[in-house]
Amino acid sequence: MEAPEQEPYPLDVEAVRADFPILQRKVGGDVTVPGEDEGDTKPLVYLDNAATSHTPDQVVDTIADYYRSYNSNVHRGIHHLSQEASVAYENAHDRVAEFIGAEGREEVVFTKNTTEAENLVAYAWGLNELGPEDNVVLTEMEHHASLVTWQQIGKRTGADVRFVRVDEDGRLDMDHARELVDDDTAMANVVHVSNTLGTVNPVRELADLVHDHDGLIFVDGAQSVPHMPVDVADIDADFFAFSGHKMCGPTGIGVLYGKEHLLEEMEPYLYGGEMIRKVTFEDSEWEDLPWKFEAGTPVIAQGIALHAAIDYLEDLGMENVHAHEQLLAEYAYDRLTEREDVDIYGPPGDDRAGLVAFNLDGVHAHDLSSILNDHAVAVRAGDHCTQPLHDKLGVAASARASFYVYNTREEIDKLVEAVDDARQLFA
Amino acid sequence: MGIGGGSDMYRQQILDHYKNPRNHAELDDATFSHTGENPSCGDTITVDVRLEDDGETIDYMAFSGDGCAISQASASMLSERLQGMTLDELEAMDTDDITEMLGVDISPMRIKCAVLARQVAQDGAKLHEGEIDDLDVTKTED
Repeated sequence: MEAPEQEPYPLDVEAVRADFPILQRKVGGDVTVPGEDEGDTKPLVYLDNAATSHTPDQVVDTIADYYRSYNSNVHRGIHHLSQEASVAYENAHDRVAEFIGAEGREEVVFTKNTTEAENLVAYAWGLNELGPEDNVVLTEMEHHASLVTWQQIGKRTGADVRFVRVDEDGRLDMDHARELVDDDTAMANVVHVSNTLGTVNPVRELADLVHDHDGLIFVDGAQSVPHMPVDVADIDADFFAFSGHKMCGPTGIGVLYGKEHLLEEMEPYLYGGEMIRKVTFEDSEWEDLPWKFEAGTPVIAQGIALHAAIDYLEDLGMENVHAHEQLLAEYAYDRLTEREDVDIYGPPGDDRAGLVAFNLDGVHAHDLSSILNDHAVAVRAGDHCTQPLHDKLGVAASARASFYVYNTREEIDKLVEAVDDARQLFA
Repeated sequence: MGIGGGSDMYRQQILDHYKNPRNHAELDDATFSHTGENPSCGDTITVDVRLEDDGETIDYMAFSGDGCAISQASASMLSERLQGMTLDELEAMDTDDITEMLGVDISPMRIKCAVLARQVAQDGAKLHEGEIDDLDVTKTED
């Protein structure tokens, strides 16, 4: 059979795949010890990148090199290893700043993940600044990371928490946003790219709207930074956050970006060592930014590894990364919409990020996901940490395929074959 | 062996009970009823149990609700299994009894779907017997 002419990939996928040994795994046998395969196995088709991406050898090697060569605590020892670790750890902040268009390391705080970055601002800023006269504007497509956080801060401070509607096409209703944002809006928290709908939100337009009313805006970049060029200055975000493990980095590291004057004014979120300059029995003085917000021994190995992950992605080129995922998203959208028994949530294929959440008519998402797993196709099934959005969509759960730099059209074909199998089983 | 090249978990028996659930009804003359859910999956099951005159032997169990194939098939199979059993026997059923009843290996992530109906029936029985008194809806843990 002659394959139809297909648009070439923006990335050299074969070369990229060679950097990720985990993609050579076969799965589907009994789940025993991690990494050991028994029984009937098939080559892994990993389409759960919005949950976590894989880690290339270059990043794994960086972590191993840190522990093997210069593992040490930072900002404490005068000894050689501590100085090496400190320099590498500080440089990682500079690298992140450069990557996202921040002005410098003062604006880059390392956290555990996006969720902790949200909580840092909610506790350090929200609890101190919000009151019953204020409102916080969220969207109906927020991830629980921001939704639950600001909902609870609202309960504690009396601030009104309101949600911008999502329309039929899975886009924000901007007229509704203009109704909700008013002079009492102290904070807006908007997801840059929806992890469920794949919608890319007009965050600059929202930032301008909120700033016109003297409010602040926090942009959740967990699903944007790994996949497209992002510049926080272009967006004019006051706060911005993302996670390392969704962008070829390790777990355990996230980034909070904040405009320097805002971080400067904020109280620390965690107290302890590393974040202080001077301590007496009576009082303490805080260290400079960003260390003021990095109490205790920080995420040293993870921070240095994030640096390596950014190097890896920039070698590929973020424009190419984005173009590759666009191509896959459109292909998956087209292949799935060919079917009359599949419901896809969110905007059309040519106007969405690299993920597709869907349901197969008559098959619960968890059953579908189990059957896909039998084909070694890994997708996420559930509510993707957007329960209220799923309630609005009228479904308890959905299956979500999400793509990254190493995925191919053939893998999407395998996804569709597995969906066919589920269809037959449940016919 | 699976069918249609599909899952071992979805053998004919499971799919048959899912597509043609047994005792899928609501009882007007139930001795007790109880409802439970898997909040993260959206599976819901209501179990209606009618006891015989001795107050101990299960005459009939019916169920209603919706959710994934594993949760619904498990409820259907349980409704057949419970007929003639005593409440003590019901309360003694553990997870192994359920996987044995289903006749397939249930992957760790799906166990809570498989055991939902049993949990609901057991909680219903305990409420009926006054062993617990403060449970509105059974919710499985994540």
